[in-house]
Amino acid sequence: MSISVKNISKSYGKVQAVNDISFEVKEGEIFGLIGPDGAGKTTLFRILTTLLLADSGTAEVDGKDMVADYIDIRNHVGYMPGRFSLYQDLSVEENLEFFATIFGTTIEENYDLIKDIYVQIEPFKKRRAGALSGGMKQKLALSCALIHKPKVLFLDEPTTGVDPVSRKEFWEMLKRLQQKGITILVSTPYMDEAALCDRIALMQDGLILEVDTPENISKRFPTKLYNVSTDNTYKLIQDLKSYDSMHSVFPFGEWVHYADENKKFRPIDLQDYLEDKEHTNINIEITEPTIEDTFMELSDY
Amino acid sequence: MNNNKSISVQNLTKKFGNFTAVNAISFEVEKGEIFGFLGANGAGKTTAMKMLIGISKPTSGEAKVAGFDVYKDTEKIKKNIGYMSQKFALYDDLTVRENARFYGGIYGLSKKQIKKKTNEFITELGIADIADNLVGSLPLGWKQKLAFSVSLIHEPKVVFLDEPTGGVDPITRRQFWEMIYKQADNGTTIFVTTHYMDEAEYCDRVSIMVEGKIEALDTPENLRKQYGVDSMNAVFLKLARG
Repeated sequence: MSISVKNISKSYGKVQAVNDISFEVKEGEIFGLIGPDGAGKTTLFRILTTLLLADSGTAEVDGKDMVADYIDIRNHVGYMPGRFSLYQDLSVEENLEFFATIFGTTIEENYDLIKDIYVQIEPFKKRRAGALSGGMKQKLALSCALIHKPKVLFLDEPTTGVDPVSRKEFWEMLKRLQQKGITILVSTPYMDEAALCDRIALMQDGLILEVDTPENISKRFPTKLYNVSTDNTYKLIQDLKSYDSMHSVFPFGEWVHYADENKKFRPIDLQDYLEDKEHTNINIEITEPTIEDTFMELSDY
Repeated sequence: MNNNKSISVQNLTKKFGNFTAVNAISFEVEKGEIFGFLGANGAGKTTAMKMLIGISKPTSGEAKVAGFDVYKDTEKIKKNIGYMSQKFALYDDLTVRENARFYGGIYGLSKKQIKKKTNEFITELGIADIADNLVGSLPLGWKQKLAFSVSLIHEPKVVFLDEPTGGVDPITRRQFWEMIYKQADNGTTIFVTTHYMDEAEYCDRVSIMVEGKIEALDTPENLRKQYGVDSMNAVFLKLARG
């Protein structure tokens, strides 16, 4: 196991940020922590990178104990925090050199690892880091986190606030790093990125709801799920919510996802009901649940 | 200009030195419409939005928001629009009621009006029990829903929402969109940016900016058809890198 977490808890005053969490990450795996703000993802990252002590529980990273061997862990992991944490007043090149030097290496020694990423910002290597665009900062931060050739890479919400195209490119970079044997623990609030991980943990309010492959998590959805659409989406949502055997109603892109409590549910009955409510252009068809459907099903609301 | 247009933009341009951040964009938004304003980071969305809310002077072109000119009537624009962003919403160290009183006061509402509007949204959100709690102690999802309600306190004609749902959990995100639908149903015009492409599907019409220009503008359905793909995400991926 590359990362092994057992019964970790951490509270800040009355707030239980991480609540008795356990999971394992295999070597070479891309493991995703999926959950909204406040789920406890960042606290967990800070504990595993030895920047914060847990109240209870144990964890090993690359076979080393997070408390006894913390210096060893720091030498062998890369960490990209959610907030941009490089030196704003050093240039791109100086930041990279700085991180290489404190880890006792050189840019040249591990250049092949960062080459793909760094070439994209190399034209701006004399520019101060503080003056870079969001996307370039992200690439520089990733280069700095990789320059000592870590065995495990921790990425805390690397794509939050990033547009869909840049997010796609970022995930392609992660896949290439995985092929070079680096284990990656990455967090994201975007459910569509969960599908790109080998395994994921769904987190909410300091708890892990599920750990499994994205495919298996999608399959946990307990009932059949239907795509419903009519000409008036707002009214459709209201009317579906007042349907007697309604289990859940959530807008989902161009569709509304509808699940029913009744095992003998027939779409034709719902069609009649919607026609009575004067909906036009009614479509009801069965659909496959996504990770987001399962997440909402498992969330306690 | 047609009175049903809440926003009307013609060849709006903003240059910073040699760099053209917004390059002659034109579009119109109708009263009560939910208009999605999409684009990659750095495409010019924020610059365009700043001109529309009256805090950045255009280099050239014309625009009217809620009937007011973006060169001459910027103060009137500010009074007649609401604004909410993911990055800054409410004051953490004020309570829910205090935030409402603060924003209501800024917009020149009377104490009586503020009280009435505050009680309305507190009842609607079902949050009477936390109305006197500090906003900082509330979950992010709640903060965003409250921030939206507070941005509507002066009954603006147009509301600008800048990535209102970033980092919010999937259920709250949907509750937020139900609030948007309801407000649009009441005739408020909604101008919204987002990086969630499923949310783009909830808009009546969507524009996509690429390198300072509007490259596409239509209903989500027509855009999907036009680009021969099955989702707005695919449309965006096709367009956004020019």
